[in-house]
Amino acid sequence: MIYEVFRQEKKGQAFQHAGSVEAPDAAFADTWAREQYGRRGESAALWLVPRATIHEVTEWADEFDLKYRRVDGYSIKARLKEARERAGTTAAESG
Amino acid sequence: MDTKTQEFLAFVQEGGQVEAGDWLPDEYRAKLVKFIEMHANSELMGVLPEREWILKAPTLQRKLALTAKVQDEVGHAQLIYRVAEDLGKPRGEMFADLISGKAKFHNVFHYPTYTWGDVGVIAWLVDAAAIISQKALLKCSYAPYARIMKKICWEESFHILHGRDVILAMMTGTDEQRELVQEALNRWWGPLMQFHGNPIPRDEDPMYVWRIKSQGNEEARQQFLDGYAPQIWELGLTVPDPKLEKLADGTWVYSEPDWDELMSVVTGHGPRSQDRLAFRKQFLDQEKWVRDLVLAA
Amino acid sequence: MNARAQLLLSLADDELIVGWRDSEWTGIAPTLEEDVAFSSIAQNEIGHARALYELAAKELDTDADALAFDREPSEYRCAQLVELHLLDWAHTIARRYLYEEADRLRIEALMESDDAELAGLATKIDREEVYHRLHAELWAARLRDESRFRDAVEELWPYALGVVEPGLRAELATRVGLAEVTANERNGRSPEFDELWQTMTEVRRSAPGAQW
Repeated sequence: MIYEVFRQEKKGQAFQHAGSVEAPDAAFADTWAREQYGRRGESAALWLVPRATIHEVTEWADEFDLKYRRVDGYSIKARLKEARERAGTTAAESG
Repeated sequence: MDTKTQEFLAFVQEGGQVEAGDWLPDEYRAKLVKFIEMHANSELMGVLPEREWILKAPTLQRKLALTAKVQDEVGHAQLIYRVAEDLGKPRGEMFADLISGKAKFHNVFHYPTYTWGDVGVIAWLVDAAAIISQKALLKCSYAPYARIMKKICWEESFHILHGRDVILAMMTGTDEQRELVQEALNRWWGPLMQFHGNPIPRDEDPMYVWRIKSQGNEEARQQFLDGYAPQIWELGLTVPDPKLEKLADGTWVYSEPDWDELMSVVTGHGPRSQDRLAFRKQFLDQEKWVRDLVLAA
Repeated sequence: MNARAQLLLSLADDELIVGWRDSEWTGIAPTLEEDVAFSSIAQNEIGHARALYELAAKELDTDADALAFDREPSEYRCAQLVELHLLDWAHTIARRYLYEEADRLRIEALMESDDAELAGLATKIDREEVYHRLHAELWAARLRDESRFRDAVEELWPYALGVVEPGLRAELATRVGLAEVTANERNGRSPEFDELWQTMTEVRRSAPGAQW
């Protein structure tokens, strides 16, 4: 069985995929992964997950314009310039 | 080359990376698996020249350091074999091909070790040559391989320091110890110069074309000489090549390495090729019952 | 040599030699994953040996490496169990399992010792040994039904008894679940040890007093 190994470098950080080990069960995976991914004290924690239980998502529907949900969907420069000209003000100090 | 493959080639040549589940051109996949497999085999076979010195280590600290270094090599083998397995080749099949000679491993691991001088030279210079190749894989177009190279390069950094420490202890020791280092260097120089492979122009090297490697063979060798010839000379050691010299334009020139020797060695005719493969086979066979018991989950 | 130094040396020699034996598996363990894990166990044992030699070195006005490598074979005090050349997995796991059980008993006693320095070190060692025990138990459970493993345990049992003082042997027998038998005592080195010692000290003897 393949166990995917996710490691947390420091407490508070996200777990990141680090590799995989072949083991018959979680107990062996634990014994082996802790040495492969932590013998130098380089990992605060590990998650060991049987590969078969991982559900991967790689396909997305991208048919319609979704820019209204994203930062790049907004362009305020031109309108801000016009508003300042109308008010007779210059750009705010903090910009 | 069909359109899809051409697009793939352009993609990787622009720095694009692919994952295990992506479509890969047949030629790319075949070359990739062969390259990765040879790397994994090399890490595994590289253990054999070094493990006997773990048992002979002359201080507790050296025993610990050398055991840890060789443990790393085994760990690297595990990481690399896993990548090849996920490309579809089972580990057992790779071991069988290694033993039968169908698959290869790097030249340096076909040579004997005779003294503690070898231990120092291997950790200092052979590992250095390997690290240069490994750094050129950090941007591999095949992302799973690039990702494990990060861990491998990080771990190798302590090997070089350990190697240098072993060498410096001998170079500041007795005359006999200094002689051990020089004698080992004399034997390892030839294989080291052959290690990075013949100077095929990188645009003719499929490994570079597909961006599996990010540098050509000669680039790697020049990098090695630039980094390590000065380190060798500053210790008062001599390099057994009177032609070795850095030109004004920064290029290193040297005696032509023996490419026939390299070909002969990597095809299994090195001084220790067969008995190391036999040793590996002996233990694979002896402990097959354990794998059958433990890996049948 | 006083009793404390003798005790420290027998503990250190056990850890050094079992660590040396365990390091023989480097690169050739049954799976790559196990190879890496097993190497950590060997390194831990050498580390324990080093700490124990350092305590002994203070008593004996020498250094840890001199104690580890510069004594004659007859001066070592290890138990016969650790000297045996057992380069097959069934015997290796049998030794790991039995050694950890025996070692746990004496560590428990040392942790209660009036000797604060030794008790402190025993406590540190115990914390690392937790993982050795988990590993040994995991494998022993997995190999339980294999006759070659059970035979190996039976074969090594008298040697395991010799690791601990006579007073602890009944307890060891209870924990392992085997009837107590005559122990193979720590009373002189086996021919296997001589070969081990030759290899272990070869480089060091080539240049006595040199730095490495």
